[in-house]
Amino acid sequence: MRRGKIKMRVMQKHNAIMTGNEAVAVGVKLARVGFVSAYPITPQTTIVEKLAEMVANDDLDAKYIEVESEHSAMAAVFASELAGVRSYTATSSHGLLYMHEMLHWTAGQRLPVVMSVVNRALGPPWNIWSEQTDTMNQKDTGWMQVYCESNQEALDTILMGYRIAESQDVMLPLMSMEDAFILSHTSEPVIIPEQEKVDEFLPKLDLKFRIDLKNPMGYGSYTPPDGPFMELKKDLMESMKNSREVIQKVTGDFARTFDRDYSGLIEQYRMDDAKYALIASGTLASTGKYVVNQLRDEGEKVGLIRLRFFRPFPDEEILSAVSNLESVGVLDRSISLAANGFTATEVRSALYGKSDIPVTGFTAGLGGRDVRIDDFLDMFKTTKKGKGGNHYINVKEVK
Amino acid sequence: MPFSIPEEELMEPGHTACHGCGATLAMRYVLKGMGEKTVVSVPAACWAVIPGAMPNRTLKVPMVYTPFAATGAVISGLRGSLDIQGKSDYNVVGFAGDGGTADIGLQSLSGAMERGHNVFYIMYDNEAYMNTGVQRSGSTPFGAETTTTPVGKERNFKKQQKKIVADLMIAQGVPYVATATIAYPEDLIRKIGNAKKISGPKFIQILAPCPTGWYYPPEKSVEVSRQAVQSGIFPLFEYINGSIKVTKPSKPISVREYVSGQKRFAHLDDNDIEKIQNTVNKRMRYLLSMEKEGIFVLPAQ
Repeated sequence: MRRGKIKMRVMQKHNAIMTGNEAVAVGVKLARVGFVSAYPITPQTTIVEKLAEMVANDDLDAKYIEVESEHSAMAAVFASELAGVRSYTATSSHGLLYMHEMLHWTAGQRLPVVMSVVNRALGPPWNIWSEQTDTMNQKDTGWMQVYCESNQEALDTILMGYRIAESQDVMLPLMSMEDAFILSHTSEPVIIPEQEKVDEFLPKLDLKFRIDLKNPMGYGSYTPPDGPFMELKKDLMESMKNSREVIQKVTGDFARTFDRDYSGLIEQYRMDDAKYALIASGTLASTGKYVVNQLRDEGEKVGLIRLRFFRPFPDEEILSAVSNLESVGVLDRSISLAANGFTATEVRSALYGKSDIPVTGFTAGLGGRDVRIDDFLDMFKTTKKGKGGNHYINVKEVK
Repeated sequence: MPFSIPEEELMEPGHTACHGCGATLAMRYVLKGMGEKTVVSVPAACWAVIPGAMPNRTLKVPMVYTPFAATGAVISGLRGSLDIQGKSDYNVVGFAGDGGTADIGLQSLSGAMERGHNVFYIMYDNEAYMNTGVQRSGSTPFGAETTTTPVGKERNFKKQQKKIVADLMIAQGVPYVATATIAYPEDLIRKIGNAKKISGPKFIQILAPCPTGWYYPPEKSVEVSRQAVQSGIFPLFEYINGSIKVTKPSKPISVREYVSGQKRFAHLDDNDIEKIQNTVNKRMRYLLSMEKEGIFVLPAQ
C-alpha cells in the first residue's frame, strides 16, 4: 500500500463522522478552552455556532462573548489570555484582515492564543470560496501558521497548537487553517481523542506574566528608540526560530500519545527516489498525492512535499527535501498582487545560494476554482522541464 | 459636607503629562473611587504616554495598553476572563480619551455596553486628539479651533456640534451614565461609588480640560473645568435606570465668560457666541425636562 510519512494505523477506529469545522470545535472543547470570542463570517460560522451550543449545553465550561467585529474578537481574546485563561477565536477572509492590528498586538504581547482560520478569498469581487490569500497576508504578524489537509489534522492541530504556543521557548500565537468548504463543510471520518489522554498531553495553562493585583504591571507601555523595543522584536524572532524544535518535539509526543504522526513542519510524500516534486499545502496536497501515485504507476520518479507550517517557514527542511531533486515546483492557492506566489518566493529565498535547483511557481485555484487532476499533470510536466518562471493554471482567456 | 475624598493614592507621583493636565486628575480621582482591586485598560491616548516609558509606571494597579479601537472589547475580555477565575470582585475599567471613545472606539464601546458586561467605561474628554497634537474629534465642541480645523481666512473652525457620547449611552439602555469633571472631585468620586453599586455596564464622561490644546494657562485647569459646568457648557448629571438628576449650576455664568478664557475660541464673533448660548440653554431645558418626566429607553437587560 502506498503511503507517505504520515502513518495512520489501520487498527485505529474512527469514532465519528464530522465536518472540519465540527472537528475543530471538538478540538477546542478537548483543549479545555476557557474563553471564546468570535464574530460570524462564512465559512467559519459553523465552528463558533458549535462552540456556542457546547457552552449553552454545559459541554464546554467557557465564557463565550459574541462581539460586534473581528477586531473586537481578537481584542477580547487578547485581554482574556492576558488575564490567564486559555482563549480561542476563529475567522475567515475579510474578518482576518479586519483583525490585522490585533494580530500584531497579541503576538507582540507574547500571548499563546490559538485561532482557526477557514481560508477564503478576498474581495472585490465577493467570493466565499477556498483561497489562502487571507492568511498569507498575515504571514508577518508573529503568528505561527499551519495549513491542515484533513478534518482529523484540523482537530489535532488545535491540541498540538496550544502545546506549541504555550511552550516557554515559544510563547507565540498560532493560527490553524482549513480550506473553505473542502474541509470546513465536508464530512470525513474522524478519531476523537480521549479527554484523559488530551489532559495528559496538554496541561493547564499557567501564564507567567498574567494580570495580577499583587504584582501590578503595565502591559505594552511605550519604549523610546533606545528602550528595549528592538530587543523585544529580536526576541520574538528568536522564539519563532525556537518553535521549530518545539514543533518537532510536540508532534513526536503527539504521535506517541495518539498514534498519529504529523512528522513536523513538512510531510514528504514518495520523495525517497524522486527526481522532481511539487510543494503544496492544504487539500491541494491531497489531489497532488493522488496524481503522484498516478505518475508513479507510469514510471515517473515524482514526489510531493506538503507544507504544514508556513510560519516558522521550514526552509531547512525544504532544502534537505529537495537536495536529490532535479527540479521543483511550488503551488500557491493565493496571490501576492504585484509579486510572485507567496510560497514560491519563500522557497526561492530558502534555497538561494544553497541550491541550484530550478524552482517553477504556479498560481492556481483562486476564488475556489477547482484544481483538477489535469492541472496537476500540467504542473508536474512543467516542473520536470526545470525552466523555472511563474505560471497561472487554468486561467480562461479574457476577450 | 461629611463626604471626604479617600486618602489612598493609587496613582503615584511622577508622570510625563503636560503641566495642568486635566486627564491626570481624572485618573487620580477615578482610582480613588475604584479602590485597589482594579484593572485599567487604556487605548492610544495621552494616557498611553502619561505613565512614562517601559519599565516605568504611574498606577499601582495593572494597566493594559491596547490599540486605539479596542477598549470596549478589551474590557469585555478582561471581565469574562476574570469572572471565570472567580475574580468577579475586580473592577474592570476602560479609560479612553474622546477620540478613542466618540470616534474610533465607538463600535467596540457600543458592543460592550449592549452586551451588558459588568464594567466601567470612563471617557476622559479633552475635546480633541490631544496626544497627536490637537486634531478635531467628534467630541470637539462647535466653535473650537484645532490643528485640523484651523480658522484661517475662511473661519474654518469646527462647525458641527459636539457628539455627546453620554446621551448615546443612555439611548442604548446603559443602566448607569454620568458626567463629571475634575473641578468637583467629591461629585466625581461619589458617582464612581454609585456606579459600583450597579452590576452591569457603567459609563462616565469626565470633562478633562487641556491647557495645551485649549490654549489657556496651565494653572487654570480647575477653574476652566468649573466654568464649563457653571456656564452650562458641560452639564453634570447622573442617570440611573430611567431617572436622571441634573446638577443645576449654583453660580451660573455666561458662555461668553467661558469661551473668553480659552484661545481655541478666540475667533468667535457675537453671533457664534449667541448661537452657543442658545444651544446651551436648550440643552439645559431638555435635561431638566428629562429630570421631571423621566427617560424611557429599552432596558439593556
